[in-house]
Amino acid sequence: MIEIENVRKSFGQLEVLKGINLTVKKGEVVTVIGGSGSGKSTLLTCINGLEPIASGKVMIDGTDVHAKSTDLNKLRQKVGIVFQQWNAFPHLTVLENVMLAPRKVLGMSKQKAEEIAVKQLTHVGLGEKLSVYPNRMSGGQQQRMAIARALAMSPEYMLFDEVTSALDPMLVGEVLDTLRMLASEGMTMICVTHEMKFAREVSDRVAFFHQGVMAEIAAPEQLFDAPEHAETKKFLAATH
Amino acid sequence: MFNTALSWSDLVFLAHGAGMTLAVTAVSVAAGTVLGVLFGVIRFQLGPYWAAPLTFVLDVFRSVPLLIQLVLGNALQSIMKLGWPPFTTSCVVLSLYTAAYCTEIVRGGIDSVPTTTRRAARSLGMSWFQDMRYIVAPLAIRVSLPSWIGLTLGVMKDSALVLWLGLIELLRASQILVTRLQEPLFILLICGAIYFIISLPIARLGGYLEKRWSPND
Ligand SMILES: Nc1ncnc2c1ncn2[C@@H]1O[C@H](COP(=O)(O)OP(=O)(O)OP(=O)(O)O)[C@@H](O)[C@H]1O
Ligand SMILES: [Mg+2]
Repeated sequence: MIEIENVRKSFGQLEVLKGINLTVKKGEVVTVIGGSGSGKSTLLTCINGLEPIASGKVMIDGTDVHAKSTDLNKLRQKVGIVFQQWNAFPHLTVLENVMLAPRKVLGMSKQKAEEIAVKQLTHVGLGEKLSVYPNRMSGGQQQRMAIARALAMSPEYMLFDEVTSALDPMLVGEVLDTLRMLASEGMTMICVTHEMKFAREVSDRVAFFHQGVMAEIAAPEQLFDAPEHAETKKFLAATH
Repeated sequence: MFNTALSWSDLVFLAHGAGMTLAVTAVSVAAGTVLGVLFGVIRFQLGPYWAAPLTFVLDVFRSVPLLIQLVLGNALQSIMKLGWPPFTTSCVVLSLYTAAYCTEIVRGGIDSVPTTTRRAARSLGMSWFQDMRYIVAPLAIRVSLPSWIGLTLGVMKDSALVLWLGLIELLRASQILVTRLQEPLFILLICGAIYFIISLPIARLGGYLEKRWSPND
């Protein structure tokens, strides 16, 4: 379970998160929508401790992420994150990209790591691309590799930050299909997205962010068909 | 031109000089690179503000002519009664000189690795050190290699200045022969050719590695 309690975060003078509260239960899929600069990405990076927070608390399975005593490297093994830019390690083949963390972080044998990497890459449809270097693949393929790379650590939670935004429209579908598959397998996920149709389909709940505040959170039918907050209505009207 | 007084033993004398040039260069580049990597990482981690004192010292080594550094270094070691032979003094001064340049090359290399790539590594649970070792180092080396090769070749030529401390390296050996045989053009031609021959493998190594890595990025 991810428990976010009254989290505040600023970059210099700018308060980006103004007291966020959100609890995500095991197996739940929560999507986050909202305008540019509303703090969606920042929230994800605060959840796995890539960014520090000013006040409040993030608890993952009872571990306080931002406590000094927390071993973040250990904690991040169970919280995978995939970013908008696909961030392949360009000097490693697809297979090596996925094997690296299991080998070095989890200390797996080469054989075991390879077995897991092949399994995950096949899972996201890249079983044929094992020995290819990332620059030889499309954006969608690189993004699916990044997902496989995160999954190879067997995370219990996955955070996705607009994983399709940097892709050609043609390639969005294949990546969304991968996310749908994960959701159907019961992965606990928080997805920041601009794909409203996708959000409606996979989410248990949809959260709308506006200027650092979670203005509204509800089941997808509720939020999309009968939004309560004026800003939510405005945002949805603008995206249609 | 082929009617030269240059004898076989003179060539051996030149070869000894070339050996000295190689020895001074190898020691200085090796030590300077180790220090440069250390300082470069420190500079990058501390940021420009906190690293200012280190940067200042390194700037001094980069801007004061090497000859002055060698003479001052030698004077300093004798004032401090260290009793270093000229070879040691030369290597120490040249190492620091190399390190000063290498630091900038290393910092630039680390800088060239996108923060988003490093973030991805850390988000997989890699420690700072693992990120440095498996992601930053291989990528930064690719970027820094051409400058580092240039630095090495530069140090090899600059190392001629250690003749001022009395070491007989390649250039000094040639000078001695020129004075004795009075055939400056021919001897300097040979000297230049030897510099070229010992530089070539280093320059080729750089080209080879660049070619080997290029299809992957
Ligand atoms: N590292 C940073 N330093 C300074 N300001 C930042 C930093 N990261 C984000 N910001 C600012 O914080 C605000 C929120 O950014 P964030 O990336 O969380 O928004 P977002 O909701 O993800 O937007 P988008 O939909 O454009 O990705 C923005 O105004 C942004 O400029
Ligand atoms: Mg964002």
